[in-house]
Amino acid sequence: MSDTVTVTIDGAQVKGRAGQTILQAAEAAGIYIPRLCAHNELSAHGSCRVCTVLVNGRPQAACTQPVADGMIIENNTEKLTNMRKAIVEMLFVEGNHFCMSCEKSGNCELQALAYRFGIAAPRYPYLFPKRDIDFSHPDIYIDRNRCVLCGRCVRASRETDKKVVFEFTGRGAHRRLGIDAAADLADTDAAVADKSVEVCPVGALMRKRVGYAVPVGQRKYDHKPIGSDIEAKRA
Amino acid sequence: MAEKHVYIEPVTRIEGHAKVSIYLDEKNKVKQARMHVVEFRGFERFVQGRPYWEVPVLVQRLCGICPVSHHLAAAKAMDRIVGAKKLTATAEKVRRLMHYGQTFQSHAMHFFHLASPDLLFGFDADPAIRNVFGVVQKHPDLAVQAVKMRAYGQEVIKATAGKRIHGTGAIPGGVNKNLSLAERDVLLKDVEQMVAWARSALGIARDYTTAHLKELAPFGSFDSNHGGIVRKDGTLDLYDGRFRVKDAKGSMVIDQLDPMKYLDHIAEEVRSWSYMKFPFVKSLGPGKGWYRVGPLARINVCDRIDTPEAEAARVEFMKLTDGKPNNITMAYHWARMIELVHAAEKIRDLLHDSDLQGADLVVKGERQFEAVAVIEAPRGTLWHHYRVNENDQVTMANLIVSTTQNNEPMNQAVMKVVQDHISGKAEITEGMLNHVEVAIRAYDPCFSCATHALGQMPLVVELIDVHGNVIEKRGRA
Repeated sequence: MSDTVTVTIDGAQVKGRAGQTILQAAEAAGIYIPRLCAHNELSAHGSCRVCTVLVNGRPQAACTQPVADGMIIENNTEKLTNMRKAIVEMLFVEGNHFCMSCEKSGNCELQALAYRFGIAAPRYPYLFPKRDIDFSHPDIYIDRNRCVLCGRCVRASRETDKKVVFEFTGRGAHRRLGIDAAADLADTDAAVADKSVEVCPVGALMRKRVGYAVPVGQRKYDHKPIGSDIEAKRA
Repeated sequence: MAEKHVYIEPVTRIEGHAKVSIYLDEKNKVKQARMHVVEFRGFERFVQGRPYWEVPVLVQRLCGICPVSHHLAAAKAMDRIVGAKKLTATAEKVRRLMHYGQTFQSHAMHFFHLASPDLLFGFDADPAIRNVFGVVQKHPDLAVQAVKMRAYGQEVIKATAGKRIHGTGAIPGGVNKNLSLAERDVLLKDVEQMVAWARSALGIARDYTTAHLKELAPFGSFDSNHGGIVRKDGTLDLYDGRFRVKDAKGSMVIDQLDPMKYLDHIAEEVRSWSYMKFPFVKSLGPGKGWYRVGPLARINVCDRIDTPEAEAARVEFMKLTDGKPNNITMAYHWARMIELVHAAEKIRDLLHDSDLQGADLVVKGERQFEAVAVIEAPRGTLWHHYRVNENDQVTMANLIVSTTQNNEPMNQAVMKVVQDHISGKAEITEGMLNHVEVAIRAYDPCFSCATHALGQMPLVVELIDVHGNVIEKRGRA
C-alpha cells in the first residue's frame, strides 16, 4: 500500500501522505487554508472552525480531518470565505478588540485574518463583555478582553512547556481561560520564555514591557496578508 | 413588561461641539455670555488598568489633529516611569522632528483652512464664499500651499512615527525607529520650499494684523496672564522645558516650574455649565489666576527663539507692544505663523543632523511610580500626569489640555465680542454670529476640528432674556 494519497483542492490535484491532515497536505502544496486555533507545533484542536472546508460536499475542520485518497475538497470558495468571515466577525464582537491601541496590532492573526477577508466592520452587534485582566505576573500578562479561546496556550503549556498553567473553565458563552492558581497568574509556574506565551495568536497572553518596540512597517503582517508565506511555496 | 431604554448623553468623544449662551437684561444689554463645551472626555478613566507602555498609543486617540502631542506627552511621562532620565540623542531628536512636523502641519492647517477665510474675506463676508472653498477659488496658490504644507508635516510624522496619524514611534525610554537616509532624503527635497512658504504665510499674518490693527486690537481682547514652557535660559522650546507664567504687564508669576510639582501651583475649577474645567495659578486664585496658552502666550513668555528667522519675527512682533506681553486676541494668528517658521527651520536643521541615523534608541533606569510630563502642543501647554502600580498598570491619569487652559480666555473673548458687537441689539445676524466665532477661532481650540468638514463650527448662539427664556436661537448644523 502506497503512503501517498491524492486529493483535489479547488480543482487542483494535491498529493499528500497518509496521516496528514487536510491543512498539512494543503500547506505542503502551497495552498493556504485560513486558521486560528491550529498551530504547526501543537496538536490539532478543531475549535475555531475557521479552517472549515467542504470534503465531498460536507463541512470538515481541515486541521483535524486526515486526507484520504480521492477526496474532493473545496477551500477558496465564496460560500466558505463568507462563512469564515462570519466566524472572525463573531470573534471580534464577542471580545473587546481595540486594534487601534493594541500592542499586538500588525502581528495579530485575528486582525490579519480580518484584513485578508476585507472585513471593514462586523455584521453583528458588539457585546462589549466585561472581561478580566491579570497583570500580577512580573513578566507576562493576560488580557481576556482579547482572548479568542483558541486553546493554543493550553496545549503549548502541556505539550511543549510540560506545565499545566492554563485550562478552560466554564461552558458555552461562559467559557474562559483559566489558570492553575486560585486568583493570580503570578501564583502559577508560568515563565516568560514559555511556548504558551509565544503561540498566542492575539494580544491575550503577552510579554510585558516590549510593546510597540517594532515600528509600523516592520511588523509581521504590515506588507503581506496572512498566509502569503504558505502561498509563496506553491509551484 | 414595557421595553426599557437607556440613553447615554453625551456620547464620548465628539470632536468639537461648543455652545454659546448670551444672557440679556430688560434693555437687551448683555449680562452674561458663556461658551459651553459639551464634549465629555473619558480617557482619564479608561486608561486605568492598562499597561503603561500602551498609554502613548492609546491616549493620542483623543484627537486627530494633534495626536503627536498626546503621544509624546504620554511617552515623556513614561520615560520617567521607566527611569529614563536622559534619552539618547537619536531618540530625543527623532521625537523632536515628529513634534515639529506636527506643529508645522497643524499651524498651517489652522491658518489656511480654518482662519484665513475670515481674514481674506472679512468677518461679515457672505458665508457662501467665507470658507475654505472660497479660498480655493480666490487664492488657488495659497490653497495649494496649504495642502502641500500639511502633507509635508504629515510625511515628517510618518517618517518618525510610522504612520501619518496615530503612529507608534515614541515608546517609554526612547523611540522604535530612527530616520533612515532614504526617508531623510525624501524630506530634504522639499524642506527649503516649506521654509519659504512658512515665511510667506508669516508675511500674510503680519501684514494683515498691522494693516487692520485699529479694528483688531480691541477685538475680543483683554489683559491676561500668559503661560508656556521655556528652557532654563528662557528660550522657546516646544518639546521640553519648564513652565513659565507672566502677567499681562510682563511680570513673572511662575518660572521654571518642575512639571512634577505642577499640582502645587496649578489647580482646576469646575463650573456647572461646562464639561471643561478652568485651570488657574493657585497663588492668584480662580478669579485672577487663569492664563492663556498657545502661540501668543508662548511668544509672550519666552526670551528668545533659537532659529534665526523666527527670532527676527519675534523681535518684530514684540516691538508692537514695546516688549511687553501682547494681549490682542487676534495677534494669535501672527504668533502662530512665527511658530510655523520656527517649526520649518527646526525640521530643516534636524534633517541635516546625523544623530537621526543613530542606532541607540532606548534607555531605561530605575523604575518610578508617578510621572508628570509637559509639552507645548500646537494649541498650548499640555500636561499628562500618571500613576503606575508595581504590576505596570496605570492607576490614575490626569490630562490638562491646551484648550482647557484657554477655556476662561475664550469665554473672556466671547464676552468682549458680545458686549461690543451684540449687546443692545434685538436681532442676531449671521455676521454677528461669525464675530463670536472669529474670536474663538483665534485660539485654535481643539473643538474647531469640527470645522474640517464644513468650514464652520457647529456653534449655537442663544439669546436669553432676564427671565431665563430663550428669545432667539441661531445655529449652524
